[in-house]
Amino acid sequence: MKPMNPGSSMPMLWATALLAALLAGCASPPPEKSATEDQTVVATTPGTGTGAATAGATGSGVTGNAGMQGNPLHDPRSVLSKRSVYFDFDSVVVKDEYKPMIEAHGKYLQTTRTAKLTIQGNCDERGSREYNIALGQRRADTVKRMMQLYGATDAQIETVSLGKEKPKNQGHDEAAWAENRRDDLVYAGE
Amino acid sequence: MKRHLGPTFLLALVLCLAGSARAQLTIDIIGGGATTLPIAIVPFAGEANYPYPLTQIVGADLARSGLFRLIDPAGVNPRPARAEDVRFADWSGRGADAVVVGSVTPQSDGRVEVRFFLLDAVKQTQLAAVSYVVTPSQFRATAHQIADIIYEKLTGDAGVFSTRIAYITKQGTRYELLVAEADGYNPQTIVTSNEPLLSPTWSPDGTRIAYVSLESKKPIIYVQSLATGQRQVLANFRGSNSAPAWAPDSNRLAVTLSREGGSQIYLINADGSGVQRLMSSGAIDTEANFAPDGKSILFTSDRGGSPQIYRLTLATGAVERMTIEGSYNASPRHLPDGKGFVFLRRDGGNFNIAIEDFATRQVQVLTQGTLDESPSVAPNGKLILYASESGGHGILAAVSSDGRVKQRLTAAAIDVREPAWGPLRK
Repeated sequence: MKPMNPGSSMPMLWATALLAALLAGCASPPPEKSATEDQTVVATTPGTGTGAATAGATGSGVTGNAGMQGNPLHDPRSVLSKRSVYFDFDSVVVKDEYKPMIEAHGKYLQTTRTAKLTIQGNCDERGSREYNIALGQRRADTVKRMMQLYGATDAQIETVSLGKEKPKNQGHDEAAWAENRRDDLVYAGE
Repeated sequence: MKRHLGPTFLLALVLCLAGSARAQLTIDIIGGGATTLPIAIVPFAGEANYPYPLTQIVGADLARSGLFRLIDPAGVNPRPARAEDVRFADWSGRGADAVVVGSVTPQSDGRVEVRFFLLDAVKQTQLAAVSYVVTPSQFRATAHQIADIIYEKLTGDAGVFSTRIAYITKQGTRYELLVAEADGYNPQTIVTSNEPLLSPTWSPDGTRIAYVSLESKKPIIYVQSLATGQRQVLANFRGSNSAPAWAPDSNRLAVTLSREGGSQIYLINADGSGVQRLMSSGAIDTEANFAPDGKSILFTSDRGGSPQIYRLTLATGAVERMTIEGSYNASPRHLPDGKGFVFLRRDGGNFNIAIEDFATRQVQVLTQGTLDESPSVAPNGKLILYASESGGHGILAAVSSDGRVKQRLTAAAIDVREPAWGPLRK
């Protein structure tokens, strides 16, 4: 057999050109931020620069209230009803605004030893599915370590990752991505 | 289960079949090889008596590869059915370099004899002559086998038309793991879930598929038998369990577990026993993929500050960085000849599939999408199936390892993702 003939493939060329035109027409604008959540960021400890770490011993008024009427976990006036920690792009650093909430949950776990918590890490939609599972895991682990500093035990908290599989916001822009870079706190029995 | 075929089961079966029909993939070729081989496939004598047009399936397989151009056999009378009936002048005049003829003959036991001949119309020689005795229900499989033989004789590479592919569909909140023929036909749902499924991967012996399911609100790895549909938990440890990768012997897998903190790679027996940590790093290590000889694995790690691909030599524990350029290289998958790998690379704002040669470290970006991911290499190394996005929907696409042939595999109004190409059928 002789080598393959050069393709006299006019129809193929037409199809390619057509498709290229179609693709060009359909293509969504490139995302403003093209980078992905990928960098290794050293996890911070709670209270960095805020002094909150030393406040651990004094409590903040939300500890030890498990015996009070109603469940503080579901009392909208309690910081314990807050269950999501949002992360900046490309980061596992916990922002200051979430530190009181994490402190409260850590202390709740300390005073309520029967309570068990799952921290679910989540990522935005860009990049490898499996690599995002690992990134979400790191986000969850970061918050767990902070709660342990406030008295929660290792056995009380399981950290898992849902990667980019369970986006809260189905959109494809930075606003949606910001909502999806997140830890959710779920107590056993909820 | 089979002893209680009640109405509920039948209803479920009907729904399942309806679902499968909707999930059928349509494959469009959107770019061909640099050269295409002109081939005439003469309808087999007697094939019109059967519902499956054998030679149409053979022709569609070959055309879809992007390496062949079908020459219309109309006007050649009488149509040859045996090698000795072929008048080469008929075909060289039509520009055909190769000719396929054959016949379909009923046997007394209800089966059918399918005979075919592949001829070189230039050298005027016979390249193959094969006969099968099959039931009519095996016609599609027989057509794929014929296409495999033609492909191998004319290109020198193994044909993959008889192989199967697995993929995941998402419709609303319903996720399905399906297995279909390589041409998209006969999709069979093997797992249905209301929570995400991901990372399906075939055991190299083709008997099982490992995958990750979030049905228990966390990633758990399952191994499911294709013959029985039975599944068992492979890894359900504290934390996340993901990224299954089979060893070439189909007896062990590499997996990513976070049970000791962080995402790290472990070896585990296919029955879930014998968990053994492979490496210890403070970074993310995940997405293991065994070399075809089983002696090393590629994996993704951010130990250097950004996700890059590394190679671990199992005998020595030596780790070597394999991707140098770019700030995001992930999802490595070996080529079956062991000479290189494909992977996911970010270039500018886009995620694309690229290929790297071990010897030269040369990288070629093969795709042009914006959010391509999850590459899976055909068992002959010639085509790479991957997930892409089009018009807001997840689709599958394929590209040849030289970047020339391109295909799109779509299912109307359904998100398709996570393709996994099965092994060659033995």
